[in-house]
Amino acid sequence: MKKIVIIGNGISGITAARHIRKLSDHQITIISAETDHFFSRTALMYIYMGHMKYENTKPYEDWFWKKNRIDLLRAYVEKVDFNSKSLQLANGDTVPYDDLILATGSKSNKFGWPGQDLKGVQGLYNFQDLESMEEHTQGVDRAVVVGGGLIGVEMVEMLMSRNIKVTFLVREPSFWNIVLPPEESDLINRHILEHHVDLRLSTELKEILADDDGRARAVITNEGEEIKCQFVGLTVGVSPNVDFLRDSELELDRGILVNEYLETNIPNVYALGDCAQFRQPFPNRRPIEQVWYTGRMMGEAVSRTVCDIKTAYKPGIWFNSAKFFDIEYQTYGHVWSQLKENEDQFYWEHDSGKKCIKFVFDKNDRTLLGINTFGIRLRHEVFNRWLSEKRDVNFVLENLREANFDPEFFKRHEEEIVESYNAQHPENQVILKKGGLLSRIFA
Amino acid sequence: MKLIKWTGLVIFLAAFSLFTGVFFLSQFKLTNEVLEETIADESKRNAFSKEAATYKGNEYASNFVFVRELSATFERVNEKALKTYSISEAEINTLVERSSGDGQIEFSLSLIDELFGGEDEINQYKRKTFTDYGNWLDGRQFNTAEELKTQLTNVVDNIRKYGIINQKGFDKYQVKNLKYAIAKASSYGPVKDQPILFIFLTFIASIIGALLYILPKVKEGPPGIKNNRIYFDPMKNVGWLGILTGTYLIAFYIFLYYYPEYMTNWIIMVDPVSFFLKGSAGGRFFLYGFIYTLCILVMGVRMIIKYRHSKYQIIRTISVMFFQTAFAFLIPEILLRLNKPYFDFKNIWPLDYDFFFNNELDALINSGGLGIFMLGWGIGLILLGVPIFVYFFGKRWYCSWVCGCGGLAETLGDPYRQLSDKSLKAWKVERILIHFVLVFAIVMTAGVLYTYFTGVSEIFGFSTYSIRETYGAWIGAGFAGVVGTGFYPFMGNRVWCRFGCPLAAYLGLVQRFKSRFRITTNGGQCISCGNCSTYCEMGIDVRWYAQRGQNIVRSSCVGCGVCSAVCPRGVLNLENADEGSRFNEPILIGNDSVKLSQ
Repeated sequence: MKKIVIIGNGISGITAARHIRKLSDHQITIISAETDHFFSRTALMYIYMGHMKYENTKPYEDWFWKKNRIDLLRAYVEKVDFNSKSLQLANGDTVPYDDLILATGSKSNKFGWPGQDLKGVQGLYNFQDLESMEEHTQGVDRAVVVGGGLIGVEMVEMLMSRNIKVTFLVREPSFWNIVLPPEESDLINRHILEHHVDLRLSTELKEILADDDGRARAVITNEGEEIKCQFVGLTVGVSPNVDFLRDSELELDRGILVNEYLETNIPNVYALGDCAQFRQPFPNRRPIEQVWYTGRMMGEAVSRTVCDIKTAYKPGIWFNSAKFFDIEYQTYGHVWSQLKENEDQFYWEHDSGKKCIKFVFDKNDRTLLGINTFGIRLRHEVFNRWLSEKRDVNFVLENLREANFDPEFFKRHEEEIVESYNAQHPENQVILKKGGLLSRIFA
Repeated sequence: MKLIKWTGLVIFLAAFSLFTGVFFLSQFKLTNEVLEETIADESKRNAFSKEAATYKGNEYASNFVFVRELSATFERVNEKALKTYSISEAEINTLVERSSGDGQIEFSLSLIDELFGGEDEINQYKRKTFTDYGNWLDGRQFNTAEELKTQLTNVVDNIRKYGIINQKGFDKYQVKNLKYAIAKASSYGPVKDQPILFIFLTFIASIIGALLYILPKVKEGPPGIKNNRIYFDPMKNVGWLGILTGTYLIAFYIFLYYYPEYMTNWIIMVDPVSFFLKGSAGGRFFLYGFIYTLCILVMGVRMIIKYRHSKYQIIRTISVMFFQTAFAFLIPEILLRLNKPYFDFKNIWPLDYDFFFNNELDALINSGGLGIFMLGWGIGLILLGVPIFVYFFGKRWYCSWVCGCGGLAETLGDPYRQLSDKSLKAWKVERILIHFVLVFAIVMTAGVLYTYFTGVSEIFGFSTYSIRETYGAWIGAGFAGVVGTGFYPFMGNRVWCRFGCPLAAYLGLVQRFKSRFRITTNGGQCISCGNCSTYCEMGIDVRWYAQRGQNIVRSSCVGCGVCSAVCPRGVLNLENADEGSRFNEPILIGNDSVKLSQ
């Protein structure tokens, strides 16, 4: 039995702890300065919006940890002494370990803008950010959010839920277009505008102005325009939260460098989740992936290695999802913002302009490479199978009914989609496989 | 738009306040006509009239004071009847004395004839009742005088309790019915004079106000999940408004079930509707059905607007609105108008716990072909309808598509769905409680049927009548009504369905063990946010399953579909598919390192 200490109680660290417990009797301690218990970081926005209370965002009841003999320690780790294998806490205590798992997550980026540290200027990543946002948006009627990504649009939605008017500054000419192809990005632009957000594309932040109390009172854009506001959200990405590990034997780049076993350069020290950076990125994947799902998978993998069943982290077919106001988004496989040399695409959009689906496939053998779907739910299991079996786009369209995951009675669009595909590809006609209501009920 | 909303709210609050005011706005005057109309038995009527002489013709402006007078009068009538017709202690002593002699104590009925030999009504009554209740004492021998006295006193007590109160006074059922009937008939004033005007000022104005408040929500942004600020709302997070609403509802149910004599003014107000539908005056349950249906209809409109992005929710809500209006409210009333038995074709035993009561069975059996069809229909639903439909669709076909309790929960109760307790502990309590009620309902019904077929009213020393009475008061009224609806703002909108409903327990057992229904989770897409669990009205911790990629197969799931609607990542879907795939292995897709059972 060894003593395993995990720094960070987010999805990565918690998943590791849970699976270590399933595999072994090792002593497990999780240290976090953020909250007493694990909560779902992705649900922070819902607390602010009043959809849930903090209590509702905890995936496990409080008794769960004791029952599974996972010790929780609320403390801030100031330093790690890798030689003596111990942690220095801010309260003066030291905690020894045999194995150390670093799952410290991220911190919000700030790019040196004048005024970025004023009162009422902040990012949104952790629970303290939420508390700060609650405090600094009381009585506010105008806000500016900077940065056109997932957290940005979430923060806009949060502020709007409190009847705060929001100006949304997006550096790119279209929302999130470093990830989304132009059609999808444009669909979301329109939806953001439909929600009466003052969306400013191709606009950057230059400076934040303060009032007499040292609080934000306006921003100035790169075009010189002054926009009055009492709150500024800076959502321009996150970076690994590793500052306390700098100047130690641990090898760092932007994140903690790890191999495919999530091992760092120091024996018995592992890193995973947002703070880990792969020395050798996986094909088509970034070296740092700040995604809930990959954090969880790394936790699953590292738990085995720690328990002496050495297991490489091997992410399967890429998938992700998000929700932009009312429009859900799912993606399976790879859909790049720009088609690659060997790629072709088929795009269908519903007349409402709020649903669309995009198939990216290989120009030569028509193998499906990836799919984006907005406003239509698709089955993960089916696309995971089709992509790993390297099915071609015709097969996928023929069987598209099988992949639908929308609730009963929802309007189905497979026929329209196939019709549209056939019109665009006369040389490659597809016949949609049947599947009426009755056959679904009595399947 | 905001102006319309606020106008609506003001109109609603004004109309609702007036409705509440009508409860207190009553005036009463007891007259001989009222007594003739309400008390059929002439001698009882005279006895009552005599005791009520002090206030007959007086005008009362408070239902509480007037009902108190009535209660006191009933008590006085009963006391007097007892004093007049009961064998006194002195008379018992005389009987004991006359039974003793030669050191031997033997009782004989001839002593009764001797002592109460007079031919006046009182002596006749004493003689007759003692012979009826105490003839088994004839010829009995006793060791001591005390022993005989005890036996005689017991007989006399029984005569007081079951004989005199019933025949010469008013027993508790008569008192309850008469208090209500007399109060209603004695009522006069603006509501009685102008009931239709008051229907407009209260019900119709409430509906208009509520709709003005609800309809503009269509314009408050595009369709989609709109749960903003629910947890800041004093109505929806057990704040002052929720507590006030819950208290009002609880009080309403207590009056409805236990003290209807106070709410006569409300009933008088809806009498014109009752006359229009069935050609006779309505009782408290007509009032209840009327309000119930209006709540489902108006709040159904709200539900449809709120979930207008989801066709499942729209169709489901229209379904509960339809079944309440047509099956629960209109058809039974129209049947009465046609002189047929009152019958709700969608109510199923054991939720419909009095389905097998002797009076109900007799009413159906004596109503010819239609009555027999109704009886067969009801039994068919229990034995075939439930298992077959649950097999294909899950219990949702009933609980969230057809049922009246479910209908109210899904419409009026929707704003409170997040208040259900999701803890493991609550689940344990739920399983014990709901199955206990199911067993109770079965035992109670078995007793009722035993009595129906054998005529014997006691099993193992328990009276089947008192078992059914206990069930009716504690489960039928207390649990289903007072707690079931009154606790919406405290414990969520499915308290009854989750912890108490015996039909839900039965449907749930089928759903758990033999059904094609499940909630499917979508691969590895769950982000554990908790919206599904939070908005599960049945308190199922949906996230527990979703985050480990496990299908949700739970007996309590009513298939409302809201977990799927609020999921931001498209993880949950209600599905009917082959049974074999229901209990899947909890594996999350997307990790090729290892297939881990979660």
